[in-house]
Amino acid sequence: MKPFEITENTISVQEVVDKVIHPDAGAVNTFIGTVREMTKGKRTTYLKYEAYIPMAEKQLSKIGEEIAAEWPDSKCAITHRIGELGISEIAVVIAVSTPHRAHSFEACRYAIERIKEIVPIWKKEHWEDGSMWVGDQLETTSYSKGHPESEGESK
Amino acid sequence: MIKVLLFAGMQERAGKSEIQLNEPHLLVSEIKRKLETQYDFPQMFTGCLSAVNEEFADDDTEVRSGDVVAFIPPVSGG
Repeated sequence: MKPFEITENTISVQEVVDKVIHPDAGAVNTFIGTVREMTKGKRTTYLKYEAYIPMAEKQLSKIGEEIAAEWPDSKCAITHRIGELGISEIAVVIAVSTPHRAHSFEACRYAIERIKEIVPIWKKEHWEDGSMWVGDQLETTSYSKGHPESEGESK
Repeated sequence: MIKVLLFAGMQERAGKSEIQLNEPHLLVSEIKRKLETQYDFPQMFTGCLSAVNEEFADDDTEVRSGDVVAFIPPVSGG
């Protein structure tokens, strides 16, 4: 049972929660990130997530170490899904257990913010008329044909 | 041989996810310059982080044959 995991499969919220449940925990906080349909007035048809899997899992466990250092007696588990995800599908589940409730809220919030900073995972938004890698400062405009115009492009 | 991994938009731009460099050692910055020339893409690494053997690295990190370098464009997980 890996506490920090990248998966291509559907995420079970309960399985992630079960990884942090233990007798000394008095609170479990979960964060569930789902695929949103409308972003800035544009309708997403699906998202595609990609990860540098071994490093992403290492970085997720680093977040776990940071949380363990900051919030005593906490336990954290994170699963992030990659591949193609449709609207409302679950992309990430974070569970943090702590002895008391306040810390579980704080630590769970911390985890999702850190994921967005230090974990090598990328999402590509697909619309009916194109697509774009989110966060990609190289290509700030959508690709008119749904892919970049470069020679040797395989797709 | 140095293995270079590309992801997301960079991977699409280069048309491949992996590049092999037949060099005994290079700095991260030298690898960047090499690829920018090879792909005629001067701003290829703007906003990009680098990792050597799955740990974040700097431009002056030395990379040796057998190491794996990954270029990490701005992340967008979650």
